[in-house]
Amino acid sequence: MIAYTDKVRQIARRLLEDCSVEMVIGFRKGSQPMMNEPCFIKKAEDADQLVWDGNCGINLANYLTGRKEKIAVFAKGCDSRNIVTHIVENKVQRDRLVIIGVPCTGMIDKRLVASQTEGEIEAVSETGDKVVVKLKDGGSTEFDRRQVLQGNCALCVHRNPVIYDELVADLVEEQTDVDHWADIREIEAMDVEKRRRFFEDLLAPCIRCYACRNACPLCYCPTCFVDESRPQWLGKGQDQIDVHTFHFLRAFHCAGRCTDCGACQRACPVGINMRLLTKKLEKDCFELYQWEAGMALDQRPALDTYKPDDPEGFIK
Amino acid sequence: MGVEPDRLHFSWISSAESTKFVEVVTEITEKVKALGPNTHYVKKEAKVA
Repeated sequence: MIAYTDKVRQIARRLLEDCSVEMVIGFRKGSQPMMNEPCFIKKAEDADQLVWDGNCGINLANYLTGRKEKIAVFAKGCDSRNIVTHIVENKVQRDRLVIIGVPCTGMIDKRLVASQTEGEIEAVSETGDKVVVKLKDGGSTEFDRRQVLQGNCALCVHRNPVIYDELVADLVEEQTDVDHWADIREIEAMDVEKRRRFFEDLLAPCIRCYACRNACPLCYCPTCFVDESRPQWLGKGQDQIDVHTFHFLRAFHCAGRCTDCGACQRACPVGINMRLLTKKLEKDCFELYQWEAGMALDQRPALDTYKPDDPEGFIK
Repeated sequence: MGVEPDRLHFSWISSAESTKFVEVVTEITEKVKALGPNTHYVKKEAKVA
């Protein structure tokens, strides 16, 4: 995907030069390896800062709400579905956006690479299907790209953008041979006690920094329920009940909206896989209402529609 | 998330269905009593006034 960079710069430069947009949102190299950062380009001459590789895992749809200017944004499959969700939820207007679709072959899991590498990583580069890690001590390690993808990317079935004005490359082939819900089924099969302990262990490292919430494009409430003080819905400390309430409630707020972009997990400083929570709701929405978030502009979200034949087996 | 299935109930009862209301509440009470107190999702910290 590194080959996209030239095209990304070229498109950004053109859009800014002919004044079709006032700002381009993309990625530039971060100060650390495997940490590309979002970048807001307003002048055509700055377009060369932009890059595109396997470290663009942050969801750029997060930066679209509450802005006045006309924006061009680079969107992977998952990002584009979040943009659709934003448009459906009236958070952004379609005519103020230029969506540049990026057919995606998955993002690299920085933690996985770091855990499989011995020594300090100096730089990480990609060549075709290989990820080359250069170490500070001069050595280097090579990985097969598919082996170090983020969990959500490895099981992704919507790699191509669903909405775009132009593309940086030809659409890629979608994965069809993946078992998308395997991890969720595993948790569903646990008995109550085991499942409770599973979630206790899963969420135990949480330090309540809210990086997952801040990285999430869906979390755009002006005041999040965790920050409310009148009434104060939950405690500010490290009490397990408060930590669990935060994670479970946040997941529920994303029900039928989450596209499993993985931004939350990527942002987490302690590496909690909170995607398991949102993914369970994604699975429920799919199985109960055949709903996949952000696939089309003319469909109302699952929680926004009523059908007489909606399943209601849980109501006695 | 580890809450016992019998602890949570959903029902649709019209304001005219008082008998159904009594039945449902009795049934829920019995089921929850059988499970005993919920020890896991209770805050253990002392409440600060």
